[in-house]
Amino acid sequence: MVSGDRLFRMNFRSELRNTPREQYFFRLRLIVAGVVALACFGLLATRLFYLQVIQYDHYHTLAESNRISLVPSVPNRGLILDRNGVLLAHNYFVYTLEIVPAKVKNLEQTIAELSRLVEISSLDLKRFRKLRAERHDFESVLLRTRLNEEEAARLAVNRYRFPGVEIRSRQLRHYPQGALGSHLVGYIGRINESDLTRLHAEAVKRGEETDSNYLGTDQIGKAGLEQYYETRLHGVTGAQQLEVNADGQAVRVLSSTPPVSGDNLMLSVDSKLQDIAEKAFGTRRGALVALDPATGKVLAFVSMPTFDPNLFVDGIDSDSWRELNESLDKPLINRPLRGRYPPGSTFKPFVAIAGLEAGVRQPPFSISDPGFYMLPGQTHRYRDWKPEGHGVVDIRRAITVSCDTFFYGLAHDLGIERLSGFVSHFGFGKKSGIDLNGESEALLPTPTWKQKRWKQPWYPGETLIVGIGQGYTLVTPMQLAQATAILANNGVAVRPHLVDGIQEGGSGITRPMVLETVDKVTLDAKNVELVREGMMDVTRPGGTAASVGAGAPYTIAAKTGTAQVVGIKQGEKYNANSIDERHRDHALFIAYAPAEDPKIALAVIVENGGHGGSAAGPIARQVMDYYLLGKLPPAPAPAKNAPPAKPVNADAIEEELHD
Amino acid sequence: MIKDLLRRAIGHFDQFLLGALVLALIVSMFVQYSATGQDMARVTNQMGSMLIALALMWSVACLPPRVLQQIAVPVYVLGMLLLVGVALFGETSHGARRWLHLGVMRIQPSELMRIAVPMMLAWYFARREAIPRLRDHLVGAILLGMPLLLILKQPDLGTALMIGASGFYVLFLAGLSWRLLLGFVVMGSAAAPFLWSMLHDYQRRRIEILFDPQQDPLGAGYHTIQAGIALGSGGVAGKGWLYGTQSQLDFLPERHTDFIFAVFGEEFGLVGSLLLLLLFGAIIVRGLVIASNGSNTYCRLLAGSITLTFFTYVFVNMGMVMGLLPVVGVPLPLVSYGGTSLVTLLVGFGILMSIQANKKLVAT
Repeated sequence: MVSGDRLFRMNFRSELRNTPREQYFFRLRLIVAGVVALACFGLLATRLFYLQVIQYDHYHTLAESNRISLVPSVPNRGLILDRNGVLLAHNYFVYTLEIVPAKVKNLEQTIAELSRLVEISSLDLKRFRKLRAERHDFESVLLRTRLNEEEAARLAVNRYRFPGVEIRSRQLRHYPQGALGSHLVGYIGRINESDLTRLHAEAVKRGEETDSNYLGTDQIGKAGLEQYYETRLHGVTGAQQLEVNADGQAVRVLSSTPPVSGDNLMLSVDSKLQDIAEKAFGTRRGALVALDPATGKVLAFVSMPTFDPNLFVDGIDSDSWRELNESLDKPLINRPLRGRYPPGSTFKPFVAIAGLEAGVRQPPFSISDPGFYMLPGQTHRYRDWKPEGHGVVDIRRAITVSCDTFFYGLAHDLGIERLSGFVSHFGFGKKSGIDLNGESEALLPTPTWKQKRWKQPWYPGETLIVGIGQGYTLVTPMQLAQATAILANNGVAVRPHLVDGIQEGGSGITRPMVLETVDKVTLDAKNVELVREGMMDVTRPGGTAASVGAGAPYTIAAKTGTAQVVGIKQGEKYNANSIDERHRDHALFIAYAPAEDPKIALAVIVENGGHGGSAAGPIARQVMDYYLLGKLPPAPAPAKNAPPAKPVNADAIEEELHD
Repeated sequence: MIKDLLRRAIGHFDQFLLGALVLALIVSMFVQYSATGQDMARVTNQMGSMLIALALMWSVACLPPRVLQQIAVPVYVLGMLLLVGVALFGETSHGARRWLHLGVMRIQPSELMRIAVPMMLAWYFARREAIPRLRDHLVGAILLGMPLLLILKQPDLGTALMIGASGFYVLFLAGLSWRLLLGFVVMGSAAAPFLWSMLHDYQRRRIEILFDPQQDPLGAGYHTIQAGIALGSGGVAGKGWLYGTQSQLDFLPERHTDFIFAVFGEEFGLVGSLLLLLLFGAIIVRGLVIASNGSNTYCRLLAGSITLTFFTYVFVNMGMVMGLLPVVGVPLPLVSYGGTSLVTLLVGFGILMSIQANKKLVAT
């Protein structure tokens, strides 16, 4: 080509126009241009083939994800109702003001303008910034919640001014009973990073790529039943496949899967009973668990003081949080599950039955109590709580008067291995398996445990202390109530449960909770009867809780207890800033009634309450009275204005004051 | 008599070229109906433009090439005056000064230059004898450079590129020496950094985005990405007329103008796109044949330049939609919406027809 061109130049520079030759070279150039054009078209065709054939799948997917938007439909969270259908947790809908940051040009200015229409507090702003930092820019972020009708209307009218600002309807959780039973109901709160990680891990375990059930949900159970039954309460998130245009506006619905509401929980707890129990504590701290021994139904589950779970729903403000978290009364601790207390004398009935079943103490065995016990070959005196002793004491009377000397000897003759081994059938040292998270195992000591924990051998004296429920032994109120229920149920341990039935959100069918026997120890009826007699005597004149049984039209088998606080660790830094009042002994009380055919078994602990019979006993009595008789406690219930119906002898009062 | 008139009227139309052009315009109407969201008013409006443009094409086709040669200089001078007018009194819209108000009507002088520049250059080189010398090249460069600078200043890169191309084609076909061409390429490459600094920010951004559209998926890269998705998701057979999701759901920007090929490719697929490419190819080949048979140098140079410029339009627009070239404001000829460019285009084809009607009697 180049040479041809040169030829053209050389030949024609001097000549005049030679049309045919000129035209020849013009055509040559035209052909060059045509070939280049053809090559360019070839390039276009190749590119088309690459885009439309080779990369088709890729672009097809992109086009589909452009056009299809998956909008989750959040299911209604299941309700929580008590045994009589009283609502403990439900949902209501509120208007919220939300912003999609990606669609807003000047966020600060938009917020400033919005705040001229509705009040936006500094707290709202703080939450907004926090939520925004956690989310993608194209996700809707909550700015204001609980808009009233007027505010919502005002915003709706002005909405055209604010692209990217939305008024939505959101589901909010509400606990209509407020602080009542807050430790059993629990609460929900905002899903945080660790919740997300866990949800993702669970989804992977299910074989899914990522969790899709929580798309659109921003709250999750954080405590109590709300947490334990999270999966059932949450329900199944539905989805709407929408075809959207470039502005994100829905053009039409392609497909729609409706959400399945969460399951409703029907509790065995009676909120009225719960209320009576909580009120009976007054301002005192403590715990109460009441069970139906035959079925494991939890009738009342009290942790005092309580708190208002509604505070947590929207994200708790820092002042309220500090107040709850730093209070010396530790309202956030779930005492029935996590409070670990020495059982004190409430442990004795279980030691007694262990002795009887082992054949170590069979009637008519009795001792003459000098007020102390000495190990063979030693001179150390293990003192009874009553310095002068209880006189002649058999096993039944030993329970009634809570004779330490008797149980020292019994524990020694049984030995720690047999003692711990047997009472573990009553659930000591084990989780009860109640349907709540975070239960403590507390502690039932054995030599193996001591070796492992303290690298020390077991000393015989320690067995004696265990025999009266002191020393290393720790129980939770839940365990103590469960142990009492097992005793009342002749050794059959039924797993305790707060939820009695679950009404499925989808079908509406209610499925009752299945009774589950977790342990069963064969007890001799004679021995059970003997312990029961001893425990019934406790609430009769001369027993350590005679006043508790006074005037009761049903029989009560009970045991009082006192647990020393000082020098005994309680988990947590519970006594860090304690004052004297907090050094007082804990008052404990266990009971079941009616003694012949137990319908209710319970354990009560009043922290720093002093004596079990006088501090914890009356609470138990009020609970039993209402449950068995439907009797309400006297309205203001000032104990001093209500003297006992018949005079109790001075001896009994003096005894009650001690144990 | 009537028969004779009719024959004379039709006789100016190259039937092959006319058929191909009308076919392209019919395709255009269908694609525009889809791209405008089934806006019949818009399509009707465009049909009006088509009729006007076809009428003008016929008028031009009726003119003998001699007249076309005679008016080359006056048209060029008029165009230059108008361009200077734009620079001085032009109307600014969207940051560009392209329009001139002449009492009752608004005109865009750069459109006139699309025809005037190749005419002027063809006129100049047709007058030179034999091989153009360096001086001829310089005069050509000045004739081409003046309007280019004024148009670049508006700024209107797309039009400037096309006019530059049309001028270059005249120079090339007139015998621009290969050595000089090579020299320009080398110099151009060397001057690239300088030219780069001369570009407007948005123009630079467009070139940057071309190499990596993901850099700014919602901003400058959006056009390229969405067009790629539209074409790619069309597949072999396409999604069907009016069924392109990218087009119908507004994901494609400027879809009835510069990006109309993305709509076409999405709805008619690879098969449709290749057929359209074939149609354009046929028009170009026909144009080259007409150029080759031109009766004199002026006719040949002008016809060649017009045809190759048409090719350049097609290539630059499709390359842009396919992500091969930067996004410059070049519509797809015959198919994109817009009356002005259609008129200019068909006037160009009218010139081709006039040349064809007066071709050399001796066929090669």
